[in-house]
Amino acid sequence: MSDITITERQAGDVTILDLDGKVTIGEGSVALRTAIRRVLGEGKNKILLNLGAVGYIDSSGIGELVSSFTAVNKEGGTLKLLNLTQKIQDLLAITKLLTVFDVYEDEAAALASYN
Amino acid sequence: MNTQEIKLPSRIESVDAAAEAADEFAKKCGCGDECVYALDLAIRESVANAVKHGNKFDETKEVEISFEEFENVIEIRVRDFGTGFSVADVPDPTDPENLLKSNGRGILFMNSFMDEVKWENPPGGGLRVKMRKKL
Repeated sequence: MSDITITERQAGDVTILDLDGKVTIGEGSVALRTAIRRVLGEGKNKILLNLGAVGYIDSSGIGELVSSFTAVNKEGGTLKLLNLTQKIQDLLAITKLLTVFDVYEDEAAALASYN
Repeated sequence: MNTQEIKLPSRIESVDAAAEAADEFAKKCGCGDECVYALDLAIRESVANAVKHGNKFDETKEVEISFEEFENVIEIRVRDFGTGFSVADVPDPTDPENLLKSNGRGILFMNSFMDEVKWENPPGGGLRVKMRKKL
């Protein structure tokens, strides 16, 4: 059984990826990378990652968030984060990545920010 | 005093195996949730480093791990058999010019969540990281 499930939803021109599980070295990080590439390949470049059900993330997972961010930027798009758990928030603070990512606690506010 | 030693092959799956062993050991020693999380994260990062950067996925080389609990401290040692590296040469991942790099944050996490992290060059080669966490 996979460590992570990624479900795609569409809200207007924003693609929401709901992540459920662990984003760690190996399967979890690869699954996120694959999902981002697939969405970008479909020409969708406004992406909102919902991390509310991510129970665990390691440095590889954090690195994959950064890679996703830069990959989406390269395509002229925007990647934002939604529903950080306290643990993820702590790790993003330690790595000073809270200064890089646009982070939201409310989905409606996150979606409105793309306009 | 509790002790445990395991040897794992140099592949990514060993990261999960090491974390499971660390979780079991930590709970046996009476660690709380915060302590278990810290040990879990630290051993994942250190074993991932040993597999990737130390042994470079060479499955003829093992990763040696030991857990020890004494005087309300848990000590974890993780050793690889690679060519070693200088921790001082690892770029600071929080430096603005490194923020968008996709790797290089493992040591920062180990230092952030453990009370003490030391690097040693043991006899016989390789690199060993010794990490301590107060219970």
